Amino acid sequence: MRLVLAALALGWSIAAFGQAAEVAHPDARVEERLRVLAEELRCLVCQNQTIADSNAPLALDLRNQIRQQIAAGRSDAQIREYMVDRYGDFVLYRPPLRATTVLLWAGPFILFAIGAIVFARVMRRASEGAGGEAPRKDAERARIAALLETEGDERR
Amino acid sequence: MRSLKLVIPLAAFLAIAAFLAIGLTRDPREVPSPFIDKPAPSFRIAQLGNAAGAFSPEDMRGKVWLLNVWASWCVSCRAEHPLLVEMAKRKVVPIVGLNYKDKREDGLAWLGKLGDPYALSAYDVDGRVGIDYGVYGVPETFVIDKQGVIRYKQIGPITPEALEQTILPLIRKLEA
Amino acid sequence: MIPELGHFALIVAAALAVAQSALALTGAATGRASLMATARPVAVGLFVFVAAAFAALAYSFVSNDFSVLNVASHSNSQLPAHYRFAATWGSHEGSILLWVVMLSAWSFAVSILSRHLPERFVARVLGVLGVIAAGFLFFILLTSNPFERLIPAAEEGRDLNPLLQDPGMVIHPPMLYMGYVGFSVAFAFAIAALLEGRLDAAWARWSRPWTTAAWCFLTIGIALGSGWAYYELGWGGWWFWDPVENASFMPWLAGTALVHSLAVTEKRGTFRSWTVLLAIVAFSLSLVGTFLVRSGVLTSVHAFATDPRRGIYILVFLFFVVGGALALFAWRAPRVGLGAGFSAVSRESMLLANNVLLIVAMGAVLLGTLYPLFLDALNLGKVSVGPPYFEAVFVPLMTPALFLMAIGPLASWKRVALPDLWTRLRWALAISVVTALVAPLALGRWSPGVAFGLWLALWIAAATLAHALQRFSNASQRGFAAKIAAQPLAWYGMMLAHLGVAAFIVGVTLVKSFEAERELRMAPGDRAAVAGYEFTFKGTREIAGPNYTSVQGEFDVRREGASHSTVMLPEKRVYHASGQTMTEAAIDTGFTGDLYVSLGEPVENGAWGVRLYRKPFVDWIWGGCFLMALGGFLALADRRYRARSREASAELAGAATGRA
Repeated sequence: MRLVLAALALGWSIAAFGQAAEVAHPDARVEERLRVLAEELRCLVCQNQTIADSNAPLALDLRNQIRQQIAAGRSDAQIREYMVDRYGDFVLYRPPLRATTVLLWAGPFILFAIGAIVFARVMRRASEGAGGEAPRKDAERARIAALLETEGDERR
Repeated sequence: MRSLKLVIPLAAFLAIAAFLAIGLTRDPREVPSPFIDKPAPSFRIAQLGNAAGAFSPEDMRGKVWLLNVWASWCVSCRAEHPLLVEMAKRKVVPIVGLNYKDKREDGLAWLGKLGDPYALSAYDVDGRVGIDYGVYGVPETFVIDKQGVIRYKQIGPITPEALEQTILPLIRKLEA
Repeated sequence: MIPELGHFALIVAAALAVAQSALALTGAATGRASLMATARPVAVGLFVFVAAAFAALAYSFVSNDFSVLNVASHSNSQLPAHYRFAATWGSHEGSILLWVVMLSAWSFAVSILSRHLPERFVARVLGVLGVIAAGFLFFILLTSNPFERLIPAAEEGRDLNPLLQDPGMVIHPPMLYMGYVGFSVAFAFAIAALLEGRLDAAWARWSRPWTTAAWCFLTIGIALGSGWAYYELGWGGWWFWDPVENASFMPWLAGTALVHSLAVTEKRGTFRSWTVLLAIVAFSLSLVGTFLVRSGVLTSVHAFATDPRRGIYILVFLFFVVGGALALFAWRAPRVGLGAGFSAVSRESMLLANNVLLIVAMGAVLLGTLYPLFLDALNLGKVSVGPPYFEAVFVPLMTPALFLMAIGPLASWKRVALPDLWTRLRWALAISVVTALVAPLALGRWSPGVAFGLWLALWIAAATLAHALQRFSNASQRGFAAKIAAQPLAWYGMMLAHLGVAAFIVGVTLVKSFEAERELRMAPGDRAAVAGYEFTFKGTREIAGPNYTSVQGEFDVRREGASHSTVMLPEKRVYHASGQTMTEAAIDTGFTGDLYVSLGEPVENGAWGVRLYRKPFVDWIWGGCFLMALGGFLALADRRYRARSREASAELAGAATGRA
């Protein structure tokens, strides 16, 4: 049993299929840049994981590939471009700003603007309802305020 | 008169529902190739059968050909293999295999057992060529024209429908 | 025999659901008391038969009946008993049945806890719930029958997905569905109000407890899902903005807006149309979520095996239920008139801002989740929208809402003077700013992100405290104990829930900024240091589990300078039935943070690739969520919801209609 388990285990890393093992780069900064880049790249095989997290052979290969490129002095932008050239925009978890994604990135702003307009409109109408009250003396106003604050919170 | 504003939620929902309906006809897992209508990436690697010989896509200039990514460990490859063998018998177009992340002996044994439809197979031992072609699963097949431009990528095994409806007509068009 | 009985029970249930809807709605439309009176008993019957069907399926699982296809596909005789039970909902068919169990349970609850509501209204509510139940029951019978037989029976089952063989599986789906499905009651109340043509503060008061209860369960369900992902998936992530996670989060956002909006409608009679729309939207999002998970339209780790027929059915059902509800809204919603006005600075205006911001945030999440689908449907290519997008968009939208959350409770209805607010809050502001500027240094590293996150959390906590102190000092009772007892539970609930949000923000801020990770290779005897903790790898040994074999690693962990050490035992399991491998992380949970160890891949000579993490304050994330839910439950326990006698309630209802 132990042999079987060990054999299975060995199969993962030094795979019988010509799969290279993953070896961390000695320079911690390279590993850090790899982590940051890989966490924004989508694994094509297990499509719900990042390349940083996935154990798929392709993800492993791509991580090694990225290490080599970082060590060779390529910039983050160049490495991302390398991935996009081969796999398309699908591989980026941060969708690039293109004509087709303008609506995606602008959308939240537009929604916020609509929300702000609606808020302003409702407020204007509400103020008209609340306005026109005779000014009250401060003490009285404070008392009323305190009462209003607790109104409805306590049930008889 | 009813305020038109009240219809906005309904309109928004109907738009979303329409997209969801269209979405039912799509496969979200399929990643289209960015190489369509672009030149096939260049490489030069050893052949599977003849370790001393090399292969490069430039060798196929002037011909319409298929590049088929396969491996002995790939179960789905067996499904499409008979189709490829048939195509090779009928001499439709040259088929070049890309043996992906395999062991040489295993790959050759597999071909020996199931038939070899390939003009030759290139031996991509570490998957670098696969990465350069955006391969993310096996099998995949590229249809490449006489100028070395990729015109179509079949993701997954070649089905008879894909063959009849897409690949063969495309090949005929490219040959012309 | 049992599976056939279960199947039969489903058929009877479907018929009862049709009866519940047809009779009750017709009765309400025509004013026939005899028809309306059928609603309650039929709802009880529906629940009984659905529960019976569920019991039949659960029995099949627990007793290892592999002649049932569902059991053979998702269970195994070696599976421990509690997982065999949980496997009942481990598949699409089983989980949809769980959905219907929850729906019929909520419907049953409405039928027995609504004696003080007008008969016609209750008939409509139960009628709408009946329509939804019927839709789902026919869905099960036509496309997703869990009782389908496998002939000849299998010798052994294919086993439950190892990812699901976990305590989280036993509790997360039931809680989540209690919440998800619970919003159907708010939905039904909204439809009933629209059908009635009467939408007023009384309706809001009736809806509130049901909505709050559903919201509490959904909060717990989402928190459990997040916690489960944290320890089960092996790399300590707790939220991925995965489409299915978003599918549960969007109803939560809408539901949070709804519970706040209901407060305004109940107290002040305004925002009526908006509240009704929110009630429809919250449940509609639950239904859309159900569609997204089961139709194959989006890729997700949660997605069930898909069948296009199911997707089409749910979409058609969605079209009729949601489309119908929104059409009814467009037709019957009262003209948007704000009965009582309020000034620019008031509790109403802050709750309005809360609602606007929550719904905008929900819209942004919806946009990001569906965008890949939009582009693909229009043949404009494929993109991925992941955590980088959602974090960039969601946090800025929620921040103003969180800022206002601190101030809202102190604002009085109708009007509050800014100088008053300032006086009450200036100390809270000062303390939170100073502490936020200083604290990151104490924790190790100063960054604007940490300072801002901490400030927001402290601001909420300090303002909440300021509010509490002010309220106690204003209270007319003598003695502190009396003052505490005099405050309504609903008020305590709100305070606790808001503090829960503050705790949540602390957890998120600190874990994101100070999380330390090391991925390295360790041989037995090796030591590694992470964030002031020393990990010593002692080696591995083999362990036999009930249905798996595991390689268990042993790590001694010692805090720098401390004398005692903890043992952590991560595992790598191979499950016998499926051959699948699972990583079980070892987690040492602490109030100020977790230690997290996960085994990677073995390399030669007994060495392993391991991941070591220190995650400060991560449990505050889920602690905060549970505080929120607890706050909600406290609010539900408030005295006002315990008025039972019809006379008292009729009086209230009469007074309420007078106010409408």
